[in-house]
Amino acid sequence: MPAKELSPIEIYKLLPGTSCKECDEANCMAFAAKLVNREALLEECPPLLEPQYKQSYDQLWALLKPAVKAVEVGIGKHMVTLGGEYVLYRHEFTYFNEPAIAVDVSDEMTDEEFETRIHVLNDFAFDYIGMQLKLDMLSIRSSSGDPAKFADAVSKANDLTRKPLMLCSHDPKVLEKGLEVVADKRPLIYAATKDNWKDVAELALKYSCPVVASSPLDLDGLKSLALTLKAYGIDDIVLDPGTQSTQHMGSNLDTFTVLRLDAINEEEEGLGYPILGIPMMAWTVEEEDPVLNEWNEVVLAGTLITRFTDMLVIHGINGWAILPQVFLRSNLYTDPRKPVSVEAELVTIGEPDENSPVLLTTNFALTYYTVANDIENAKVDSYLLVVDSEGMSVESAVAGRKMTADTVAEAIKDSKVDEKVKHRNIIIPGRSARLSGEIQEASGWSVSVGPLDSSGIAKYVEEKWNPYPE
Amino acid sequence: MAKEKKINLPISADLLEKLAKFQEIELQDVDIELEEIEFDVSGSGGGMNPYLTQRLAHEFALISSSTGRITQALGGMPMIPVQPMMPVMPIAPVHVKPTELIQAKTTIPEANYVGEIVEVRLGATKSEGGTRSKSYVIGGETVPAYYQFQAPPKNRPIIALDVFDWPKISLSKAVKMHFREVLGDTGEWARLCVDKFGAEMINLHLVTIDPLIEDSSPKAAVKTVENVLEAVDVPISIGGCGDPKKDLEVFTAISENIEGERLLINSVTLDMDIEKTAKLINDYNNTVVAFTSMDVNKARELNRKLYDFVDKTQIVMDTTTAALGYGLDYAFTVMERCRLAALKGDPELNHPISSGTTNAWAAREAWMKMGPEFAPRELRGPIWETITGQTLLLTGVNYFMMMHPAAVNSIKGFIDNLMNGQKPTEPTDWVTVKIGGK
Ligand code: B12
Ligand code: SF4
Repeated sequence: MPAKELSPIEIYKLLPGTSCKECDEANCMAFAAKLVNREALLEECPPLLEPQYKQSYDQLWALLKPAVKAVEVGIGKHMVTLGGEYVLYRHEFTYFNEPAIAVDVSDEMTDEEFETRIHVLNDFAFDYIGMQLKLDMLSIRSSSGDPAKFADAVSKANDLTRKPLMLCSHDPKVLEKGLEVVADKRPLIYAATKDNWKDVAELALKYSCPVVASSPLDLDGLKSLALTLKAYGIDDIVLDPGTQSTQHMGSNLDTFTVLRLDAINEEEEGLGYPILGIPMMAWTVEEEDPVLNEWNEVVLAGTLITRFTDMLVIHGINGWAILPQVFLRSNLYTDPRKPVSVEAELVTIGEPDENSPVLLTTNFALTYYTVANDIENAKVDSYLLVVDSEGMSVESAVAGRKMTADTVAEAIKDSKVDEKVKHRNIIIPGRSARLSGEIQEASGWSVSVGPLDSSGIAKYVEEKWNPYPE
Repeated sequence: MAKEKKINLPISADLLEKLAKFQEIELQDVDIELEEIEFDVSGSGGGMNPYLTQRLAHEFALISSSTGRITQALGGMPMIPVQPMMPVMPIAPVHVKPTELIQAKTTIPEANYVGEIVEVRLGATKSEGGTRSKSYVIGGETVPAYYQFQAPPKNRPIIALDVFDWPKISLSKAVKMHFREVLGDTGEWARLCVDKFGAEMINLHLVTIDPLIEDSSPKAAVKTVENVLEAVDVPISIGGCGDPKKDLEVFTAISENIEGERLLINSVTLDMDIEKTAKLINDYNNTVVAFTSMDVNKARELNRKLYDFVDKTQIVMDTTTAALGYGLDYAFTVMERCRLAALKGDPELNHPISSGTTNAWAAREAWMKMGPEFAPRELRGPIWETITGQTLLLTGVNYFMMMHPAAVNSIKGFIDNLMNGQKPTEPTDWVTVKIGGK
């Protein structure tokens, strides 16, 4: 049975049933519900870890394990988890681990290019609704095929970044030279193929590292490799079904979709592993202008992110190209069961005093950060009252009655903003204008209707707002 | 130390099959002390390789002391409960290393859908009663978007370019630069879209009819539509201003005056007079976009209301497109849910889907000046529109309303590549590739 269809009852039956509350839940049933939603770990129920519950623990573990194995690469705080997914479509549950994006370098690049790429990897960061969008890994290719050169490149990279590495060569001797340098950082080995699998499997065992099974354009071969590696004693496997350039988009979609469908249906032993996609394939095609390669790479990356890929290797490092990729993966990997929201509270912006404006907004993350950034950038010292709209934007909240005059009045009261300002006047978003009368009535505050878009707040406060209207 | 007299190790058929491929089995770090080992392979059905049986027995015989999890360790089968054995010693993995690749076959999942998306014809050629040089059919899917391993795509998604009848419409710089010369002439604007930018349809927005803009008359609107029909020979879609009453007035005038073209009226919403609008579409044999705001139930409700007055094959549905970073997740999931529900047999959602991909430009990141590391805007904007559009294409969108020529070009190329469905014969090696001749 696919893990996603579990009911809390099935889980509850296997828990100790003592309702001892050591998990911080009211009872075992509540904990079961959390487990089903993957909001808690088995380890959070201490009694379950006692020997007498060993069998229940094992059964629970098997019931709750993801259809796609979670494979960890790297160590420490930069470690990434690949896979660990339960469903094919995000609305069926949620996706958990964003695909890791690895930046490409090769052992034949000039020092300058090599270093620039690693700096982009380390430094790229974009603030988006309270999250930092970043790049995750470095993929080092041995394009030279020379073991010594590869070892040099790996050791140089190891000095320059602490993000996890993928070591790429089809020659086990080359791979081993790299592993000798960084095996303790748990890099991902690329790749075991039908020709070299035995030697590469030995390396994976010897150095305890995860390994990619690569079988381009041959899904039978891929399954065969994965099963063989598994039988060899390797648990942490990543699948590379071979990404093709954008001309073969249909074939790409088929490959990645079949792989994930089979894994989720649990029909296919040997396919329940994270999938590696190589958007960088777009650079293997000759184009008039490298901008086209980079553009096609984004197109390919976007497609693979949408269709189930757990890790990507990219070559293009321009901001305009990276930005849509990290946005897309962030969007698709948010939890569709609840909107991204922020704490409902009174936020102080700049250095407000008792005559500063009080502004109202909702706790939908996109709304809050847009508004807060606008006010901060415009340097309007003020109080921003964030009302709990269950994560709804202003208009949706008003239309869906998630923000009403009563909830606003309550928020005003609970925030104690009346102790911070002398006036009793609140600026509400233009899109909630129709609530203005009711808010006034419910809260006793006078209401000023602000502009439709928060970018107009500074101008509005300067030109129109009067805290003490007649 | 108490010892069990006998253990039963059930070995599954699967495991036996795998074991049969090994020439040698090595059990490492295992101590088993037993008085008797009995192999019951009768349940394995497939007949075990006698050599292997012998070999296994031999290996086991060499082992002293006991441990659980042997079956699990042998090729990592799911744990088969072993009769209790005491005491449990520290568990060490047993590695049985295969010497040959285990042969396997990957199942290609079969389609098991019962629903089918209706086909909708847009535009009319001379022989179909209109004046267009071509017409299109969209929809008809029987499997999720581009599950080509189950069925080839039926009809090509169509890309329409947005044209406005108002030169003051606010457009991002990166978009405006391509249309600057034609902003004041709706017909020329449409012609440019078709001739230069490859528009397959024109999506005309009659914004000037908005009471808050120019409140221009239905008659003037008819004239504008006629101009566009004259300027281009592709099918066209007519968009209103969003005012439910005024839109209906204008759609009525257009339907009555322009016959036979099988226009796509964009759109009918829940707050319009649905009966009147639907009858209008039906009486004049046009088609309509049923537009709702990101809600599967609302989409169902509107379609259901329309069914009383128009044929299903005249309805395209639009569940709202939000930009990458600004709600694309909602747009994506609502469209995906609609399409999958339809394929599973929901009779109220099986329509082609339309996307206002131009909405991508509502994202600040699409047009805003940002740091030099995100330059140039001229690329950032169109790639934003492209990614917004192609992500929705993968949920099954059949009709795109777009704006930037580069994004149009990219999505068209994407669709071409999907439709031609060719498979490469040789994989390209990316590990040793030299990029840019380096
Ligand atoms: C995404 C979306 C949804 C998502 C929810 C996303 C979320 N978590 O909020 C979903 C699909 C769940 C949804 C649901 C609904 N939605 Co809705 N939704 C949208 C959509 C497409 C975008 C909203 C958005 O994210 N905007 C971006 C944020 C940042 O905007 P914002 O919060 O308004 O903030 C801006 C301004 O208000 C202002 N601002 C904010 N705070 C402040 C503070 C001050 C002081 C000032 C001055 C300004 C200011 O600046 C901000 C930046 O510009 C809009 C249509 C559209 N394109 O606008 C419809 C829309 C808002 N939804 C609408 C409706 C009706 C609903 C529903 C009631 C029913 C429905 N589905 O149709 C439900 C209600 C949900 C509920 N149960 O409460 C209508 C509202 C119509 C109306 N005016 O009454 C809209 C306009 C669509 C439409 N045309 O029909 N929706
Ligand atoms: S800790 Fe375990 S046994 Fe105790 S209440 Fe929680 S789930 Fe039940």
